Amino acid sequence: MSPITKEKTNWFFACKVEDVPANGGVCVKYKNEQIALFHFARRGEWYASQNLCPHRRQMALSRGMIGAQAGEPKVACPFHKKTFSLADGRCLSDEHECAIKVYPVKLEEDRIYIGVDGGKETSAVPA
Amino acid sequence: MKIVVIGNGMVGFKFCRKLVERKVPGLELVVFGEERLPAYDRVHLSSYFDGKSAADLLLAPKSWYTDNGVRLHLGDPVHHISPGLQTVTAKSGITEPYDILVFATGSSAFVPPMPGTDQKGVFVYRTLDDLDHMKTAARKARRAAVIGGGLLGLEAAKSCLDLGIADTTIVEYAPRLMPRQIDQNGSAILQQQLETLGLKIRTNAYTTAILGDGTATGVGFEDGSSIPADMIVISAGIRPRDELAASAGLETGSRGGIVVNDRMQTTHANIYAIGECALYQHIIYGLVAPGYEMADIAIDNILGGNRTFGGFDMSTKLKLVGVDVASFGDPFPPPDSCRVIVFEDQVAGVYKRINMTGDGQYLLGGILIGDASAYNMLLQKVKNKMKITGKPEDELLGARSTGEAAAGALGLPPDAMICSCESVSKSAICQAVEDGHETFNAVKKCTGASTSCGGCAPMVKDLITYTLKSQGKYVRNVLCEHFGYSRQELFDLIKIRSLHSYDEVLDSIGHGDGCEVCKPAVSSILASLWGDMILAKGNDTAQDSNDRYLANIQKGGTYSVVPRIPGGEITPQKLMAIGRIAEKYNLYTKITGGQRIDMFGAHVGDLPLIWEELIAEGFESGHAYGKALRTVKSCVGSTWCRFGLHDSVSYAIRVEERYRGLRAPHKIKSAVSGCIRECAEAQSKDFGIIATEKGWNLYVCGNGGSKPQHALLLAADLDSETCIQYIDRFLMFYIKTADPLTRTATWLNKMEGGIDYLRNVVVKDSLGIAGELEREMQALVDSYKCEWREVVETPALRKRFTHFVDAPEEKDPSVKFEQLREQKKAVEWK
Repeated sequence: MSPITKEKTNWFFACKVEDVPANGGVCVKYKNEQIALFHFARRGEWYASQNLCPHRRQMALSRGMIGAQAGEPKVACPFHKKTFSLADGRCLSDEHECAIKVYPVKLEEDRIYIGVDGGKETSAVPA
Repeated sequence: MKIVVIGNGMVGFKFCRKLVERKVPGLELVVFGEERLPAYDRVHLSSYFDGKSAADLLLAPKSWYTDNGVRLHLGDPVHHISPGLQTVTAKSGITEPYDILVFATGSSAFVPPMPGTDQKGVFVYRTLDDLDHMKTAARKARRAAVIGGGLLGLEAAKSCLDLGIADTTIVEYAPRLMPRQIDQNGSAILQQQLETLGLKIRTNAYTTAILGDGTATGVGFEDGSSIPADMIVISAGIRPRDELAASAGLETGSRGGIVVNDRMQTTHANIYAIGECALYQHIIYGLVAPGYEMADIAIDNILGGNRTFGGFDMSTKLKLVGVDVASFGDPFPPPDSCRVIVFEDQVAGVYKRINMTGDGQYLLGGILIGDASAYNMLLQKVKNKMKITGKPEDELLGARSTGEAAAGALGLPPDAMICSCESVSKSAICQAVEDGHETFNAVKKCTGASTSCGGCAPMVKDLITYTLKSQGKYVRNVLCEHFGYSRQELFDLIKIRSLHSYDEVLDSIGHGDGCEVCKPAVSSILASLWGDMILAKGNDTAQDSNDRYLANIQKGGTYSVVPRIPGGEITPQKLMAIGRIAEKYNLYTKITGGQRIDMFGAHVGDLPLIWEELIAEGFESGHAYGKALRTVKSCVGSTWCRFGLHDSVSYAIRVEERYRGLRAPHKIKSAVSGCIRECAEAQSKDFGIIATEKGWNLYVCGNGGSKPQHALLLAADLDSETCIQYIDRFLMFYIKTADPLTRTATWLNKMEGGIDYLRNVVVKDSLGIAGELEREMQALVDSYKCEWREVVETPALRKRFTHFVDAPEEKDPSVKFEQLREQKKAVEWK
């Protein structure tokens, strides 16, 4: 399953299992944020990350291809194929690139929840 | 020291380059050249008709000379030399004093003394100017005759074919072709091969006159017979350019050539002669490799060394109209002093002969026709006087598989000369690889090997592979960590196992969970094999992102929409429909390079709506988002154009509609031109078609892009059906064998045997797969459906075209546009 859930996590309902294509992603709107949600059906795993690719600041990661590198789950941005770990968010293809924020995901029957920080504001949408 | 070089041909240039590399302090280097262009590659002259330009053939641009302090006078032959004063005077009047003078004047074509050679329509085959004259004349010529069936004559005959003169006769006075290099039986096989390609050959024919009254009409022979021809190319040998040397009082041979000693000095110690103008021990060396060796030796002696020239091996290998011909060492030693093994296959057109010492211990030389793959190994064994181990016949038949040939290359001694043109030894190549030059191009650049005739390329590649392997570095050409196969292997496996989805492929022949490299590659193979709708059967998320949304993602995250406009032909109604739809969805419009209209700035959620309207107006997907056939561009053609030979628009539409939607390792572009003016730029496409008087010429493997490359002529004067048939075979062969994301040009560049091999496969069906390729293509053509129509009509597919899964009606609020020239543009990214 996805990264460790912290104590003060707020879980919000994202969508239903059937809304997400197998082995692909969708973009979830949470307040003013865009979160990419991935269903890694081959591994029976769910991942979530910011939708913004830090390279050119494009809202695109949810449309990227997912896969694995030496077993580590990853997503490739459709713009320039920068790849990011879905486990910890670091950029796998360019060590100088910023990491992306990843979120915990949990499943209750066919309902998917994404965990966001309790109190503090999360990264803003670009201008 | 001031050195003046007369002549700027291949050998003259090599002299300059090697001298510059020595960085001699206080050196002044002046070069006079007779031709208007700086030195060019005369060995590959015929490629000028094969799509190469004069600029492609240059050995170095003019700037090279300036950058290296060489003063180059072009189009300015030297007219006078005073050895007493040590000066030369050129036609322009320029006089230059010299300390050392070097003749690199080369040779001219030998024109036998006979009547009629000064008429219109008679050519020699020697310089780019000669070729330009031939090119102009070929437009009107119907029949060509080439006088001389030697190496150059056969090249000239190939050029006549390339120029579109199908009726070409080679005339040779000896009883066989290439009498100096190959024997009677080998020549018979070569002749048979050339005849199947449509060349006519007449041996034992002593030409006595060129017929005609001011304009050539034919060739007359000693026996009173004649053949008609309106283009006559004389390639009856070369004549050393020694007239200037003779007038300056230097000794010349009775049959031409400036006499030199083994240090390349003429009878004046400070005057040297190198290359085809030099006569060493009564021999003129008419090949480039010995000329380069002479240049090296002259430089060494000029700079105080004492290297000497000891003759040179005249082995040669070339490909004539797709037929390998090679002769090495001593091709026909006296019969009583040697033992001979001959292999002859009249069906495949292969002839091989090796000559061994009487005791069967050493190779002396031999001849290879039709299959010269063993040439390099055999040549090395002759040159290095390597003892024959094992059965002698294995020398002829054993080295056929590349594995053994490579093992053989490794078995050579370290000082074996791999590239004789550039004098690069085996140890130099292996050293370069060990120093980190691990690709063929890197080794070429570092050592100079294979930069001249390219004949040693396979050996160099083998040495690179084996050196890397011996370092434990050898990497197999596999797709990625999830598949231990090359794309071609994967293609075959998927087909044999009849796998239809990415997951099935990964489960049966891969491992792990896939990635952004293997997913699109496998998806492309599945599409090329089965023609299934690409978003069906769970394959949607294995597509590259653009294929998944059937549109090209652009700056800002919006998409562009490109409907197909076959051949670039569009009705006013359809133009208005595009205008109306673009206005309704606020899209930026632009005409593309492929003669269609691109609409930018579409939100992902609008894509199905836009396409629904486009389809209702009669449009279909243009596949601009896929590694697939893009456009078939056309000129206006014979329906309107006063020059047009055929209706290029109708043919382009036919071709585009046939291959629309075809998925391939990379994008494919095409064009059809209605005449030789080539307004559709077909020669810059993956496959291009140009109308001729008699049909269509088919060019393949060109591209624009970052490394532009002209397409090469695959077949000439085809009827419309045959042309399609060849394109079917060509495209399917490419789809099946190319690496992922490899355009046709790169695919061809990597192909062993190049265009000749490809032509054998496509035109001559040398692999016996033409029928299969055609059937496979027909199946794909028959299974074509417009992908966008399916999406528009299938709610489950349509549902995926939203930005927010939890707010499907909302557009991405981060998308911003700016105004530019009355339209919108994406906001610039950081």
